[in-house]
Amino acid sequence: MSLSRVKDLRLPLMNLVRLKGTPILEQLHLEERLLRTSSDNWCIVNDGTNVPTIVMGMSGKPCQLIEVRPVMEDRIPVIKRFTGGGTVIVDKSTLFVSLICNKDDVPNVQPYPRSVMAWSGSLYGEVFKGVNGFQLRENDYVFGDRKFGGNAQSIIKSRWIHHTSFLWDYDVRNMAYLKLPSRVPQYRLERDHTEFVCRMKDYIERSDFIEKTVKAVGNQFTLKQVNLEDIDSYAKGGYLKTTRLLTMEELEEAMAGTTQNA
Amino acid sequence: MWASSTANALKLSSSVSKSHLSPFSISRCFSTGLEGLKYANSHEWVKHEGSVATIGITAHAQDHLGEVVFVELPEENTSATKEKSFGAVESVKATSEILSPISGEIIEVNKKLTESPGLINSSPYEDGWMIKVKPSSPAELESLMGPKEYTKFCEEEDAAH
Repeated sequence: MSLSRVKDLRLPLMNLVRLKGTPILEQLHLEERLLRTSSDNWCIVNDGTNVPTIVMGMSGKPCQLIEVRPVMEDRIPVIKRFTGGGTVIVDKSTLFVSLICNKDDVPNVQPYPRSVMAWSGSLYGEVFKGVNGFQLRENDYVFGDRKFGGNAQSIIKSRWIHHTSFLWDYDVRNMAYLKLPSRVPQYRLERDHTEFVCRMKDYIERSDFIEKTVKAVGNQFTLKQVNLEDIDSYAKGGYLKTTRLLTMEELEEAMAGTTQNA
Repeated sequence: MWASSTANALKLSSSVSKSHLSPFSISRCFSTGLEGLKYANSHEWVKHEGSVATIGITAHAQDHLGEVVFVELPEENTSATKEKSFGAVESVKATSEILSPISGEIIEVNKKLTESPGLINSSPYEDGWMIKVKPSSPAELESLMGPKEYTKFCEEEDAAH
């Protein structure tokens, strides 16, 4: 047996699911299902989503976070996801990487937000080695002082998920659907969206990023490719699905709330 | 009560005197279990008084979670099941589920947490209580840790990472 095979045997197993253009709602439903009903570790990479979509964190209130009228007029879907964190607008240019881990398979990481965040920062530090200015800053991935990756987590009894949306590229017009949130990182310094974020494509090739991410994960886990069609055999049983698309009625209520407070 | 007031005192003074409070001594304070409470290894506490048990998360837990910005609580008159989730808190960028240490009927939830989720950080054993339960199986309380055992558990858990 070769030395590399011996090394692999000591690493915990992680299933790798590679998607392309999967709708973000479907991706989030998959993640929530795997977090709650599977006992395996998972890495999900989605190379873009199909249509521009707004995704809010668990506690997000539409009237506070989005410009409801244009969102409704332009029929932009709005999702509330099962993880914490802020609001993003994603599209075909966005890259998604999600890591679902059993806490016992990452024993040097305590199942708390800051510990998981630090671990992720170290992993992506490998991905962006040689790229100037990369760091985990407060809870964002940045080049210098400009954010290109937003993170969110959900921690349950013995497992956690850390998922990231990477701004490969973005349409400035889409940023106009988002309000300036009330809770912002200190380093943002009152900058609006276009001054605060940057495009990952200015720093690394798309395929290079995906392959380096898979490699970095493979340094800590033995990766096994799993096709989407085979997921049912890994995720059995019912669970409370909390990720959902907001209804028109909810958006209308949010708009009414905004109008009242204006 | 001592740990809560000490934790609050540390929070007030930390910006001034952080330099002479080592991370170890701060975490020891948050790790100390209060007398009169029982503890789960998922860092919830239970105060059993008569036919009612009050449940919240410990100072150790709130310290590790960070600033709590949102609390999701169950409806009153629903049931809690030992070691199953009854709600969640949001802190930093994470939702973290909260597990019930005991089973029973949820007779009251702390509605103040909706407007003031930070009570969990500032007063985890008093104003930051989360639910009150009528225990269905009082024997479940016996399997929980006492304050000394919980203190040791926290120290060992932190030392292992």
